[in-house]
Amino acid sequence: MTTRRRFLQGAGAIVLYFNAPPSVRAQQATETDLPGSLAANPGLGTWLRIDADGTVTLSPGKCELGQGIQTALAQIAAEELDVSFERVTVATVDTAVSPNEAYTNGSRSVEVSGAAVRAAAAEVRAILIDLAADELGVGSTKIGVRNGIFTVAGKPSTLDFGAVVKNLNLARNATGTVSPKPRDRYQIVGHSLQRIDIPRKAYAEAAYIQDIRLDGMLHARVVRTGDCEAKLLPPANFDAVSELPGVVKIVRNGSFLAVITEREEQAVNAAKAMARLCRWQGAELPLQEGRISAWLKKAPADVKVVAERGAIGAGNILRTVSQEYSRPFQAHASMSPSMAIAREAEGQLTVWSHTQGVFMLRGAIARLVGLDEDSVRLINAEAAGCYGHNGADDAAADAALIAMQMPGKPIRLQWSRADEFLGEPYGSAMTTRISAGLDDAGRIVDWQFDVWSGTHSIRPAGAKRAAHLFAARQIAVPLPLAPVGNIPQPRGGGDRNAVPLYAFANQRITKHLIRDMPLRVSAMRALGAYTNVFAIESFMDELARAQGEDPFDFRIRYLHDQRAIGVLGRLREQMAAAGFDSVQAPGGVGIAMAQYKNSGAYCAVAMRVKVDAASGDIKLEHALCAVDIGLVVNPDGAINQVEGGIIQSASWTVREQLRLTASGVRSTDWASYPILTFPEVPKVEVVLIDQPNEPSLGAGEASQGPTAAAIANAVANATGVRVRDLPLTPARVKSA
Amino acid sequence: MTISLNVNDKIVQLEVDPDTPLLYVLRNDLELNGPKFGCGVAQCGACTVLVDGRPQRSCVMPVAAVAGRSIVTLEGLGSREHPHPLQTAFIKEQAMQCGYCSNGMMMTAAALLAKNKRPTEDDIRTALRGNLCRCGAHGRIVRAVSEAARNGHDGDTS
Ligand code: FES
Ligand code: FES
Repeated sequence: MTTRRRFLQGAGAIVLYFNAPPSVRAQQATETDLPGSLAANPGLGTWLRIDADGTVTLSPGKCELGQGIQTALAQIAAEELDVSFERVTVATVDTAVSPNEAYTNGSRSVEVSGAAVRAAAAEVRAILIDLAADELGVGSTKIGVRNGIFTVAGKPSTLDFGAVVKNLNLARNATGTVSPKPRDRYQIVGHSLQRIDIPRKAYAEAAYIQDIRLDGMLHARVVRTGDCEAKLLPPANFDAVSELPGVVKIVRNGSFLAVITEREEQAVNAAKAMARLCRWQGAELPLQEGRISAWLKKAPADVKVVAERGAIGAGNILRTVSQEYSRPFQAHASMSPSMAIAREAEGQLTVWSHTQGVFMLRGAIARLVGLDEDSVRLINAEAAGCYGHNGADDAAADAALIAMQMPGKPIRLQWSRADEFLGEPYGSAMTTRISAGLDDAGRIVDWQFDVWSGTHSIRPAGAKRAAHLFAARQIAVPLPLAPVGNIPQPRGGGDRNAVPLYAFANQRITKHLIRDMPLRVSAMRALGAYTNVFAIESFMDELARAQGEDPFDFRIRYLHDQRAIGVLGRLREQMAAAGFDSVQAPGGVGIAMAQYKNSGAYCAVAMRVKVDAASGDIKLEHALCAVDIGLVVNPDGAINQVEGGIIQSASWTVREQLRLTASGVRSTDWASYPILTFPEVPKVEVVLIDQPNEPSLGAGEASQGPTAAAIANAVANATGVRVRDLPLTPARVKSA
Repeated sequence: MTISLNVNDKIVQLEVDPDTPLLYVLRNDLELNGPKFGCGVAQCGACTVLVDGRPQRSCVMPVAAVAGRSIVTLEGLGSREHPHPLQTAFIKEQAMQCGYCSNGMMMTAAALLAKNKRPTEDDIRTALRGNLCRCGAHGRIVRAVSEAARNGHDGDTS
């Protein structure tokens, strides 16, 4: 069981404090604003530990989600400390020891966590130098560091980090007074170092939450429909199930139903047997496939103008053009159905979860099971990519409820593939309408954008939001409904990227937030930006083509931001180099671009497609992408994120929609929710625009919107057919 | 019922229901991490292992059906000490994001390389068409498999 021990060590790494009196000179300057997450978590020892062998342990509050964040943060720490990258290890996020960095979402980890790690590591380096100065009896200004070894006047000394840690006391707050390294001296940041998590995955070592095996662990499955409000009707008598092999206990709390068994396959069989005995009462879905937009536009909504400039109608408008664009409900559809392990022992509950936010989930689970927050510990472990708020938190809550009924025993709760498709909170269906007023020269002088969407935020963020957990509505005394989240501008939820980057004289952006959606919906990668950018960039293309204008030039005319113009220019060069037809020539090329959240990464995408006229089937041939994410910490890691974003968005765009019937969701597996496969994905080439003097921006959510519009624009260019409803199914391509 | 399995060249005896899917035996009884639970219904490929050299979905394979046959998991393909060319290439090409699909990709590719030493990109895409990747690492995976093929892989996966 070496696997388990290794995991527990990693998971529970305690940051040690050294008690020897500090011989560190007090920092001179006054406190300044601490950068990023350091402001809320100023304790240096919370972030970093240095051991006597000179190794560095970094303990950030951001979770590894397959996006390579641990590697990027380790690079930043190694850079500032002047140790080799190999000497830095990164601890798992654990409420018992880690800094509270809330959620790992919104492509902001490198920004906020990176800034904290940079400042903390720079400060720890200064403290170490002071210790070395005392030890060597030289002024600290003469001391430098190379590869974890102190130098005196540029020459290596005999002292390394390990030699001074006995006097190191990191139980102190950061002061923010030590300047980080100037960027022109970077040697580790900006390089494509190999990700630290990949070898253990390639060699099948313990790498995932699925690989945690605790002594005496029992297995559990839940039995439910996809509707958390559905009531389990009596008589539900499970005596026959209790007789099945390995069944240890049937857990029932209101309509929350689960089974605990000794072995995993026994839980699968028992849950199937129980499902056959259950009758559920739930509401019919009020919306139908193909009629979702109509439903959204009629639903009660909070209507708010979220951005306005000039006065609508004030320009010299010759004619007005309007179009509507929509997307259906879509699923995160992680490759690993959600799971969790929970153990209750003497009033203390420990939960291992692949959540995006251990601290938030701790509060919610404590409320759900009726414990103090202090009595609950959440430990993060990686699963497959989640792409936003999937079933992870709900499964953790399920495991916690079950474990409370089985004190002392670790419970491994695993959702089935169908549980995940039915139980995860989806990406909300959305609909948008754009009206543009054009003057006599065809210029856009008026721009009205309306977006109808459910929420993009029902995360169970602490005790007050515990009711967002699936099981919280099923238990005998359901937690009272919590209000759904409304993420305001400038980030925005359904209105993320609803404000165009283009400068139109008069514009009004209106958000229609439908709080009461018939399906559970929450954050899915890029949130509203995927649909809004699809709409804006499709519409811009329509206007450009209608006027016979080059889609590049047409966009650039309305852009003031040089970095936005920069990614378009770079994309044009890529297209020429790759032998793409001009985007104006009738062919199969489309382009689109956006700045994520209007404050994040700039991304321009070109897609080349072939459309089979007879079937309407779209063959995605080749994608090109230029992206500007400011200072790049790990170029290959960033490119990997953008490539993946393009392919995932391509799959959303041409394939994906949650299938619905009156009784609910009928997408329960990969056959009823197909995604793109190897022969269907395009070749993808991404270039990064180097901006070493700009702050780092996240790469993970920049490409989804532009990819969708680039595909629709390419299809329009290839066929003359404009499809405005996602996904671009063959039937739509043929019939539009 | 006692079942005898040959996993990664080791013979193990297990007391287990003969209908138990092989995946659960490998992961839970033998504590192997390679094969992953992705769907349980033979649709994603995450659970792929080699049975007598052929890629098989262990999530739907009753353990009794493979008694006495040669089963190879990712652990048996190679290790840090003795990496298989595919493992080396997946690391070199950084051919994953979350890596949850990687087991199935490498096991399926290992079977491909055993019969086709120099597969084209199309051959690789075709061989992997039943393996899903939600992160969109497809391009890198194809590159890694080509790279492994170039590195003189002898195709011996037994
Ligand atoms: S888990 Fe076996 S094919 Fe998906
Ligand atoms: S790398 Fe995440 S599913 Fe393939």
